[in-house]
Amino acid sequence: MKRILALCMAMIFAFAGMAWAADDTVRIGVFLPLTGQNAFGGQLELEGVQMAHKEAGTVLGKKVELFVVDNKSDKVESANATKRLIEKEKVQAIIGTYGSSLAMAGGEVSEKAGIPQVGTSCTNPLVTQGKKYIFRVCFIDPLQGAGAATYAAKTLGFKKAAMLVDVANDYSVGLSNFFKKSFTKMGGQVVATLNYQSGDQDFTAQLTKIIAEKPDVLFIPSYFAEGAIIMKQARELGATFKIMGGDAMDNPEITKIGGKAVEGFVQTTFPYDPSMKNMNPTAKKFTDEWKKTHAADKDPNVNAALGYDAYMIIIDAIKRAGKAEPEAITKALAETKGFQGVTGDTTINETHDAVKPIGLIEIKDGKKVYEGEVAPEL
Amino acid sequence: MNVETFIQHALNSLTLGSLYALIAIGYTMVYGILRLINFAHSEIFMLGAYFVFWGFTVLHLPWPVAIAVSIVFTALLGIAVDRVAYKPLRDAPRISALISAIGVSFFLQNVTIVFFQAIPRAVYRPEWMESPILMGNVRVLPITLFVPVLSVLLMLGLLYIVYRTKTGLGMRAISKDIETSYLMGVPVNRVIAITFGIGSGLAAASGIMWALRYPQLQPIMGAIPGFKAFIAAVFGGIGSIQGAVVGGIVLGFVEIMTVAFFPDLAGYRDAFAFVILIVVLMYKPTGLFGERMEVKV
Repeated sequence: MKRILALCMAMIFAFAGMAWAADDTVRIGVFLPLTGQNAFGGQLELEGVQMAHKEAGTVLGKKVELFVVDNKSDKVESANATKRLIEKEKVQAIIGTYGSSLAMAGGEVSEKAGIPQVGTSCTNPLVTQGKKYIFRVCFIDPLQGAGAATYAAKTLGFKKAAMLVDVANDYSVGLSNFFKKSFTKMGGQVVATLNYQSGDQDFTAQLTKIIAEKPDVLFIPSYFAEGAIIMKQARELGATFKIMGGDAMDNPEITKIGGKAVEGFVQTTFPYDPSMKNMNPTAKKFTDEWKKTHAADKDPNVNAALGYDAYMIIIDAIKRAGKAEPEAITKALAETKGFQGVTGDTTINETHDAVKPIGLIEIKDGKKVYEGEVAPEL
Repeated sequence: MNVETFIQHALNSLTLGSLYALIAIGYTMVYGILRLINFAHSEIFMLGAYFVFWGFTVLHLPWPVAIAVSIVFTALLGIAVDRVAYKPLRDAPRISALISAIGVSFFLQNVTIVFFQAIPRAVYRPEWMESPILMGNVRVLPITLFVPVLSVLLMLGLLYIVYRTKTGLGMRAISKDIETSYLMGVPVNRVIAITFGIGSGLAAASGIMWALRYPQLQPIMGAIPGFKAFIAAVFGGIGSIQGAVVGGIVLGFVEIMTVAFFPDLAGYRDAFAFVILIVVLMYKPTGLFGERMEVKV
C-alpha cells in the first residue's frame, strides 16, 4: 500500500515537475482570428505582438515563449483555443483577441482557470464585466459610440442620423446603442436604424431605405470587410450623406477596397495613427521599427499597435510583480497606471478597461489623416 | 414608399436575383444528372473569382483573356473534383458522395486561405462599371442590366445543349438510369465530366459577376451565395434549369422586398430564405418546375 502511495506521490511530483519544467521560460499564449471573417484584424495584431516579442524577448532574466492559436473568427473555436493554451501549453498569461464576441467566449475559459487575459481590440463593456482575470488595452464602446455622436452633433452640427447595424455582432450592437443615446441627448434624431448580419454582401435594400430618409450622417459600426462594401454601394446608389464608423474600420486596405467611395469617411479610433503629428516616444519607435521591416506602402495600423501594447503591458506587469505567476500578474495588471504604450498612456480602471483618449481619423485624398481627439459626452 | 424608391428596390432585387440564378444553374445541372448536391460548388464559385482577379492584377492579362482563362481553369478544376472525390463513389450510397462534397468544400476553402491569405482583397473594376446610369433618382449600374441578360442567355444555351445535342441526350439518359446508360453505350464518365466542366465554368462566370458587383474577394465569400443559390434551385425544382433561374430571381425579390417593406426585420433576411426552403420542402418538395421523382425499384 505504502509503495503504491509512494508511486502516486512520485507521479504527482513528476507531473507537477512537467508543469513547472518551463521555469526558466515565461509562457504567453496568443489567441487571435488568423483565418475567417476577422482575419485581417487578427493577422495585424499578431504582427504587433511578434514585434513586441522581438523587442522584449526576455523578462526577469527569463526567455519569453509565445504560443499562437487561431480562433478562426468563431466563438466556439475561441473557447477551444483558450482551453488549449491553458491546458496543453500551460501558459501564464494570454493575449487576445480581436472581436468582442470572440473575447467573451475565450474569456469565460480564462476566468475559470484563473489565467490573466489581456484583450487587444475587444471593446464591448461585457468583455470585462464582473471578471477578475480579464483586462484590455482598448477603451470601451460607450466612449467610442458617444465620441462619434459628439463629433457628428457638436463639431459637424448634424441633426439627423441613420444607423446600419450588424445584429449578429455584439460590438456593432453596442456601438450603435451608445451612438443613439448620446446623439439624441444632444438634440439629434435617429431617423432610421436598419440591420444586417455578418457576412452579408448585399446592402442595397437597406441603403435604398436609408437614402429615402435623407439623414445628414450614416453611422456604420461595422467591421472593415463589410464597411468598405457598404460605403461603395451607398455611393453607387447616390448617397451624399457623411459616413462614420468605429475602430473596427481601421485597416490600411480600406482605401484600396473602397476607392473613391470612402473619401470623407470619419472613424473613431485609439489615439495612434502613422499620420499623427505629435507621437509619444513609444509610438515613434514602433512606427520607425515597422517601416524598417515592411514595404513602403504598408503602414502599421491601430490593430498592430494594440497587439504590441497588449504584449508590453503583460511584460510590464510581470516586471512589477517580480514573478511570472498568473495570480501575481493579475494583481500587477490591475494596478497598471500611466503605462506608456503606442496607443497613448494607459491606466487600467476598476472595471479592467483602459482609460485613454478617443482619436478621430478622416480619409482625405485616399489617405488616412489623424484629425485629433474628441471628448465624448455620454 | 414613393415610386422611385420602389423601382430602385426592384432593380436591386433583379441584380441580386440573377446572380443567385447564375449560381443556381450550376447546382441544378449537377443534381439533375447525378442526383448529387455538389456542395463544393460555392468554393468553385469563389475560386473562379480569385482566378480572374489574380490573372488581372498579378499576370496583367487583359480583362477578356483573364475571364476566359479563369473559366477554363475552373472548368478543369470541376472535372478534377469529380475525378478525385465523386467518381470513386459512383456506386456507393448517395450519402457518401454528399460527405465527400462537403470535404472538398472545406479543402478548397483552406487551400485558398493558404495560397491567397484570409485577408479580403480589393477588386478593381473597369471605370465604366463604377458609374451608374441615372433615370431621375433611380440609379442603374451597368451590371444590373448585364447580369439578367447573361443569366437568360446561359439558360437558353444550356437548354439547347441538354435537349438538342448528343451529349445532352446522354445527360438526360444518365439522369434517368445510370446503369442502363452504361449498358446502352453512353460514355457515362465523359458525359459526367462535361457536366461538371459546364457547371463549374458557370460557377466561375457567376463568381466573376458577384465580385464585380460586391468588389471584394475572400476565401469564405462562396458560403452564403452558395446556400442561397441552393435554396433557389430547390425552390425552382432542383434539376430544372428554368427553375433555377426563376427560383434565383424570386429569392432576390423576396430578400430585398422583405427589407423594403419590413425594415425592422432586415437583419433576418437570411432567415426568410430558409423559411422559403422549409415551406417548399413541406408543401411542394419537387419545387416549381421539378419533375415528380420516380422511385426506382
